[in-house]
Amino acid sequence: MSNGADDGIVLTEEQKRRRRARSIAIALSLGVLAVLFYMVTLVKGPAVLIRPL
Amino acid sequence: MAPVEPSLAGVEDYIALLKPRVMSLVVFTALVGLLVAPGHLHPVIGFTALLCIAIGAGASGALNMWYDADIDAVMTRTRRRPIPAGRVEPGEALAFGATLAVFSVAVLGVLVNWFAAALLAFTIGFYVLVYTMWLKRVTPQNIVIGGAAGAFPPMIGWAAVTGDISVAPVLMFLIIFLWTPPHFWALGLLKADDYARAKVPMLPVVAGLDATRRQILIYTIILAPVGLSPWFAGFAGSVYGVVALICGTVMLHLAWRVYRDRIGAAAVSSAKRLFAFSLLYVFALFTALLADNLLTRIGVTL
Repeated sequence: MSNGADDGIVLTEEQKRRRRARSIAIALSLGVLAVLFYMVTLVKGPAVLIRPL
Repeated sequence: MAPVEPSLAGVEDYIALLKPRVMSLVVFTALVGLLVAPGHLHPVIGFTALLCIAIGAGASGALNMWYDADIDAVMTRTRRRPIPAGRVEPGEALAFGATLAVFSVAVLGVLVNWFAAALLAFTIGFYVLVYTMWLKRVTPQNIVIGGAAGAFPPMIGWAAVTGDISVAPVLMFLIIFLWTPPHFWALGLLKADDYARAKVPMLPVVAGLDATRRQILIYTIILAPVGLSPWFAGFAGSVYGVVALICGTVMLHLAWRVYRDRIGAAAVSSAKRLFAFSLLYVFALFTALLADNLLTRIGVTL
């Protein structure tokens, strides 16, 4: 039976660096998507702004 | 089951899956379609439409690279692509392409209009299912019919503004559709050995180089007047007419040289020139279309 800590895949420094770059790219893409939806909401209709808070 | 190796794919590999050079032509022609369409679209919505069309085209590229990884691995032109080079797993490319395809269509539908989204979905489906999975491996007419996928973007750009299509976007579609065979067959003449090794039934491999040269000339003879058709139809002005006339004449001249020069360095040189100019041709015509439209909008008539 395994003792946990040594199991699993250990990433090399290069793999960690590339995974980090991919994560940042995904985060930026999602951020852009959120900003885009926000801007389109403002552009498409005043109705979404004119509402009781 | 074999252990899964941690991915070594970099961000640049995922960008390569999107085929950025193909995407540039798609974005440009879609932009022209969007700008010359009658009506007004808020710049943010227009940008959204272009982004969705670009991402949809990129998704098609990624799905194409996923399915064609076996072909790409044996062709010198494509063997350094991320999948055959071993940097991206086929499953990763499939997931990436499928996700972007669904997202691009859904966002275009929700934020712009569903007619344009349906056209984008059809284009992605046509490129992946009809061209990549079916025609490419079975018929030398693969790029003729498959070329329709590359011809849809200006129509999608137009539809993003108007919500429908009319004669003008159909003419833009026809220009790219008829331009595709001479463009790709010129490349096919230069890379015939590569395609033969990959067992892709491109026209130069199946019918021979001379038959391909004849087909290039025939398609260019049809393309040149169709290139002028927006002018004849009154959809474009004299700036476009002059550019289309000059570029069409040069295309015809270069296609004739490809037909004439069949041996040695002259044959290679003629095919290279036609391939290079054909890229300029489509950019020049669409730029002229845009310029003409902008001049008309600011009240300048030539």
